[in-house]
This record gives sequence, structure tokens and C-alpha cells, in this order.
Amino acid sequence: MALTITTSKSRPGDKIYLGVLGFSALVLFVLIVGIAATLAWQSRLSIQATGFKFVTLSVWDDAAGTYGIWPFLFGTLYSSLIALLLAVPISLGAAIFLAELCPKWLRTPITFLIELLAAIPSVVYGLWGIFVLTPFLRDKLMTPLADKKIPLFQGAGFGPSMLTAGVILAIMILPFITAVSRDILKAIPKAQREASYGLGGTKWETISKVVLPYSRSGIIGAVMLGLGRAFGETMAVTMVIGNQAAQTDSGISLNLFEPGYTMASALANKFNEAQPGLSTSALIEIGLVLFIVAVIINSCARLLVRLTGKSVNK
Amino acid sequence: MRNLKFQQISGAGATFPELLYNNWAKEYKATGGVAVNYQGIGSGGGIKAITAKTVDFGASDSPLNAEELKGAPKILHLPMCAGAVVVAYNAPGVPNGLKLTGAVIADIFLHKITAWNDPRISGLNPGIKLPASRIVTVSRSDSSGTTAIFTNYLAKVSPAFKAGIGEGKSVNWTKGGLAGKGNPGVAAFIKQTPGAIGYVELAFADKNAITYAYVQNAKKNFVAPTLASTSAAAAGVKLPGDFCAMATNTGEPTGYPIAGFTWILLYPDAKPEVKKFLRWCLTTGQKSAAKYDYAPLPAGVQKRVLDALKKIGG
Amino acid sequence: MSLYAADSHVKLRRAQSLIMLSLCSVAALVGILVLGLVLYFLAARGLSHLNIKLFTVASGDGDGFAQSIRGTLQILGVACAIAVPIGILGGIYQQESKGKFANTVRFLTDVLNGIPSIVIGIFVYAALVLPISQAYPGKGYSGWAGGVALAIMMLPLIMRTTEEMLRLVPSALSEASLGLGATRWRTMLSVVLPAARGGILTGILLAVARVAGETAPLIFTILGNEFLGQMDGQVDALPLRLFKYATDVDEKHNQIAWAAALTLILMVLMMSIAARLTTRSRMQEDK
Repeated sequence: MALTITTSKSRPGDKIYLGVLGFSALVLFVLIVGIAATLAWQSRLSIQATGFKFVTLSVWDDAAGTYGIWPFLFGTLYSSLIALLLAVPISLGAAIFLAELCPKWLRTPITFLIELLAAIPSVVYGLWGIFVLTPFLRDKLMTPLADKKIPLFQGAGFGPSMLTAGVILAIMILPFITAVSRDILKAIPKAQREASYGLGGTKWETISKVVLPYSRSGIIGAVMLGLGRAFGETMAVTMVIGNQAAQTDSGISLNLFEPGYTMASALANKFNEAQPGLSTSALIEIGLVLFIVAVIINSCARLLVRLTGKSVNK
Repeated sequence: MRNLKFQQISGAGATFPELLYNNWAKEYKATGGVAVNYQGIGSGGGIKAITAKTVDFGASDSPLNAEELKGAPKILHLPMCAGAVVVAYNAPGVPNGLKLTGAVIADIFLHKITAWNDPRISGLNPGIKLPASRIVTVSRSDSSGTTAIFTNYLAKVSPAFKAGIGEGKSVNWTKGGLAGKGNPGVAAFIKQTPGAIGYVELAFADKNAITYAYVQNAKKNFVAPTLASTSAAAAGVKLPGDFCAMATNTGEPTGYPIAGFTWILLYPDAKPEVKKFLRWCLTTGQKSAAKYDYAPLPAGVQKRVLDALKKIGG
Repeated sequence: MSLYAADSHVKLRRAQSLIMLSLCSVAALVGILVLGLVLYFLAARGLSHLNIKLFTVASGDGDGFAQSIRGTLQILGVACAIAVPIGILGGIYQQESKGKFANTVRFLTDVLNGIPSIVIGIFVYAALVLPISQAYPGKGYSGWAGGVALAIMMLPLIMRTTEEMLRLVPSALSEASLGLGATRWRTMLSVVLPAARGGILTGILLAVARVAGETAPLIFTILGNEFLGQMDGQVDALPLRLFKYATDVDEKHNQIAWAAALTLILMVLMMSIAARLTTRSRMQEDK
């Protein structure tokens, strides 16, 4: 441990002080290592029994002792993808509006609104999803399109579905991506824009050819942070996704109106009743997978945001 | 041992008797007893909780299987009441009391019958105008004693169901359809989804104005699920010494075929407060069970259960 | 300069600019509209079912969630008691030290912040609830366990803001103090920390607001309670009650869920506003 204090090495008070600080940092360190170790240790039964097939098998059968998470993994990926497709254009547009176009008097209330929405708990979005969004999508979109056989826009159409989950997730990550992107756009030095205007660029050309490319990696980072949220989101998704694998052999379907499952919602549904042994171990392994994916996504996102921060500060 | 003054006892498990247990807890507390916190997390959850001793008593509508018993060898099953699993539906325009046979119900859940106006349904119900809409099956997403009773019955009456889905607390349903958490979750999906059919305890359907089917019993009579028909089915069962037996597919002419007992699970060394509460349930509580739409135990069984409770000091 | 097309296309380019900018504004409008819809339903349905009885009656005794409110406050209290001291000390550590270990800790803070809350719930179940239930039958699920779970979620948030706020304190201040012969800890305690106090408080409030509505880490740690519970046993929490009642078939419970949602939002909102006010007054002080 290299502490950069030279002036006060001899003072006993400072030694205690630094010791206390180091200890608190150690607590954090031990905590995270502890989480990783606990998850890995508790899932060892399942890892031994199923191996890598854990992520490719489509059957989760307690009676047979077969545990595969492919439908859950797919559901997590697919619902997050839907959420990003919906949320990114809107968030980016909104961020550009807030950073470049919005009149000053409007900026504070809108920013406040967006921050408020970022603060609304997941379970509240779930409530809204059950009683407002699900019936709306079912009656206004799924039922009318039921027999039209439009690619993707078909499937069971019960209400709870991949689409419903994707829309809820989109609404949840929208304020988040908007806020981070807006901060990044605002960090772009004025000189960059003025140079573009000076060359006769229109406002849009300035934004699309100067501001956006300049902040690209930062915005990708913001999107990935949003993805990270969507990935691990539990309550709202559990409440609207139907918690049922799709009606195909592989248990997955690209059809948006099919119900689905995500890794997090499977945990929320199954963990409290899983019997000790392989069943519990397999569920904890889902937690381990979520943990690993979260670490990867967040590391990439932080790296990108930090890189832009550095290039902007130059 | 310290002389602890218990202010509360805790139980968790089956959602099937949740409405009864919560009402009993309310009455018991109002008459000066301790507060009894009962959490309906599903029978599988109840078995897990009492095995792990995270609660004072568990509850299940399906006795522990051989493997579960290995984890909790000394556990006692005390039946508290009987209940009916009703086949509840939300078919637009269809009144309460649609007549169904076990074979038809099995084929609906096997997705062999997929529309409400299927000839096999309309053939049983001349005079009822059935919609052409498709059937949405709702099953349980958690490990459930209600599922165990339901599938135990269907496996008895339909070889195809026995071979294709089997029986148990958590079975591999034909893909498609919805899955709800607990009796309340399934009932909510049925209520919210047009075309839905699912299985819940009678009290959940009655209390929430959900329509349900009259099911043909082994004596070829179509029987409405009521307290009388549930009691008739329960009276026809000869409970063995450990009180563990299923009550489905009764031979009683007036008995409802999808009935079952629900058990409190506890260890012989359970807290005295738990035993005191159970004694109350088996005496005073039995009198009010009917008020909450559950069938009290047959008199002979009640006496035997009280004796068993006495043996462990209750 | 080939960045922009020739002048002959000025009109076209202007039109394009206008269209794209309008699209951005529309995007902002759509976003606000959707978010407005969420708020509208929460306010409308929540308000119509809100009444004083909800706050005085426990769920097991009637139509209310008194025990959930108390449980939430207790759990948040425990979470703060754990996370605030460790978080602030950890933040100071990151500000005071450099090197490999400090960088690792900083990275881990980010990692912890990104771990899905349900995974933290599972961890606390495996590390705390289960072992305790083995030693003390009937115990295990407890308000303490819920507090620990929420504390783990708050920790990275508090560490991060503390570090950032300390960094904002002009280094001249601490240099002056050290120059006068004060010890390192004295300088931090009586010079740097007081200067960053407001910002850190804001960070704590925002962290509390963020975890107050967390449900997933509580399902496997506190289980829920129909009555007022003790912290060493099962307790209830507002978000958990909301989840239970939202997925319930009972219409009365659904209505209580809307009221619970509004209550929860108002709690979160009050904390956010309090955080904002501390920041503002601090900024005015600075001026």
C-alpha cells in the first residue's frame, strides 16, 4: 500500500488515521471478493454437474435435475436490446435538445423531471406496467395485430411479453442515458462548435459532424451504463414479462408478443423455494453469471466514459 | 436457556390457505394471542423455509417427498383444513359453472384444446355460447402444492397428461401460456387476461368474483366446488398415521374431484407459542374456517390431529 | 474544406438542419410525455386511494401498511449506520492515497455499484440469513439482514461522492493547515471534511433515496411481515408490500399498492429535494 503521506510518518495519530482509512478500504475489498467467492463457492455443485452446458441448455426442470438458462439468458439479452433500441434514439434526441436547443427557462424543470424519473423505484414502474402498460399494449397493439403475421410483431399476445418488458426497461433507462449523454455533450469545448459555425456549418451539421463524433465513446459508455441497468433490472421486468419460456423447442422466440423470462426474474421467482442442493446451486450460478456480466459491462462503460473525459479535458 | 418472551411467531409456505391463515392470525391476535406472521411464498418455499429453520412453522398442500424428508427427518405434517382447487377462467361471455371433465382439462393444459369453442368443450355445455377466442393457460411459476394437487388429479384421469407433464409441485408445463407467482398471482393473471384459464384455491376465485368450472367426478357427476363438495371429498379419504394423503379424484358421488388437504409443517421441538396457536386453529379456528371459504377438517381427523399435537406438548 | 457541401445546397442544408433538430425536440417531447404518463397515473390513482388509515393500521389487522413504513425506516437506519461511516472513510482513503491498491479499490467501487441488486440479495441470504437460521432456529430473515443488503448498495455511492467532494476542496486549505504543523488527520477532520460536509450529506441523501425503493435485495433477506416486527426477525418494507399487493388479485390490495407507490415516491422525492437544498445552500455559502 503506497500512501502518499511523507510529512507525518512519525506522528502516531496519523498512523492510526491511515490505518482506519486502509481498514475501511479493506472492508470494501473483502466485501466484493466475498460476494464473488460466495457466489462461486455456492454454485460449485451446479458448475460441476452442468458445466458450460448451463448457458446453452433450454430446460430448467427441477424434477429431472436439469438446469439450463438459455431462455433466461436470451430473455435478458433480448429485452435489454429492445429497451436500447427504443431508448437510445429518444434519449440522444432529448440530450441534444437539452444541451443544444433548449431555452434556458425550460432546462431546469425538464432536468428536474428527468432526474425525478431516474429516482423512481423499479417496483413502482412494475406497478404501472401491470395496470397501465400491459393492458394498453395488449388491447391497442397485440390484439389488433394478432392475425396480421407481421414479422416480429406476433406471438402469444397475452399482455405480459418481451415487448412489454422491453418498453418498461426503455422507460427506466431513458432518463439515465439522457442525463449522462447531456453531461457529455455539454462538456464539449465551445471552440469546437464555433469552428464549425465559422466554416459555415448549420446547427445540425455542427452537432452531427463535430459534437457527436467528438463525444462518441462517451455516449457509447452512457448507453452501456444503461445496458448495465437493464441487464440486472429485476422487479419491473418480473412483473410484466410473464415468467414463461416461449412456445418453441429452444424456449426462445424473437417474436415480441411472446412472454419470456430473464435471469434476474428467474431468480426472483425461484430462489425462495429452491431446495438445498443442485437446485439452489443452479440459481446461485445465475447470480454468478449476472455478476460476471455486470462486471464486464460496467468496466467497459466506465473505461469509455473516462476516455472521453480525458480527451475532452485535453 | 433464556426465558424469551415471544412477541411474534412466523410461518411461511403455501398460498393455497393464505387467506385462511391470515384471517386466523387476525382473529387470534384480536383475542389476545401472539401475532402470527404468515407469508405465502408457495409450498416449495414453505418446505425450504422450515427445513432451513428460517421460520417457526412451514405450510404446504403437498406432503414432503422422500428426498425432502431426508433433509427434515423429524418433521410433522398437521392438516389444518381442506380446500378445492378450482379451474378458474376468464372467457368473455361465459357464465360461472362451465362443465368440464378431467380429460378435457388435461388436454387444455397439454394445449391440445386451444380455443374456447372447441367441440369437446361445447359438447359438454349445450346452450352456452362459447367465444371463438383462444385459450390462455395460466400455471404457477413457483413450486406449489396447488400445482401438486391439480397435476395429481390430472395424472390420475389422463394418461396423456401423466406421460407428457407428470405430477408434482413444479412440473414441466407444455410451453406457452402464462405463469403467475402464488395463488394470488395466478388469479390476477386470470382476471386480467381475456381467454385465460388457470387453477386456484376456491377462496381466491370466490373472493375476487372469478368464474370457475364444475368438474366431472369419478362417479360421472358434474360437481360445483363448494365447501360441501370439498368436505365430501375430504371425508372420503382415510388419512394414515402421518396424515399424508392426497384427496383427489374422490369416489364420493357428491365429492369435488380436485380437493386436497393443506398441512402445517413443524418440528416436535417447535416453540410453545406455535403449538398453542395450532391448538387454537384446530379448535376455535375450525369453526370460522367456513366463513373464509375453507372446509374444516372432518371431526374424526380433527381429533386425531389434536392428539398428535398433544404428543409433542401442544 | 470539404467538410460542408458547396453553397448551392445552403437551403437544403438549412432544411435538413431544421428537420433533424425538430426530430430531436420531438424525441425530448416523447420522452417527457411517456414519463409524464407514468407520473400522472401514480398521482391520480395513488391520491384517490391514499388515506390516513394506511399509515396507522398494519396489513395483518386491516387495510394499511403501517408496519411497512416503520420497517423501511428501520432498515434504512441500519443501512446508514453501516454504510455512512465505512463509505466516508473509504472515500477519504481514495482521496488520500494512491497506488495499485487504491486503484483496485476504486475499480471495485464501480463494480459494486454495477452489481444487480438481486445478486446482493442472494449474497446476503447465503452469507447471513442461512447461517443464522442454522444457529438460531426460526431466526435468519431479519431487518438487520435487509439493512446489510441495502448498506452494500449504498456503500459505493457514498464512497464515490465523498471522494469527489473532497477533491473539490481547494488544496490550499489543507496545505495551509499542514503548513501550520497540523497532523494529517487533524487537517482532514477540522479543515477538509467541514468544507466538503454539504456535498457529502447530499451524496448520503441521494444514496438513501436510491435504495429506499429497492425491493429485490429484500425479498430474500427480510421476507415480509403482516404485523409490526422486531428487527431481529422478519420485518416488512414499503417496496416489498407494494410488490406483493401489485401482483395480488385482490382489488383492494391493488389500490393500496397505488397508494404505497405514491407514498414511496414522495419519500424518495423529499430526500432528493432535501439533497438539492443542501447543495444549493452550500453553493450560496461558497459564493
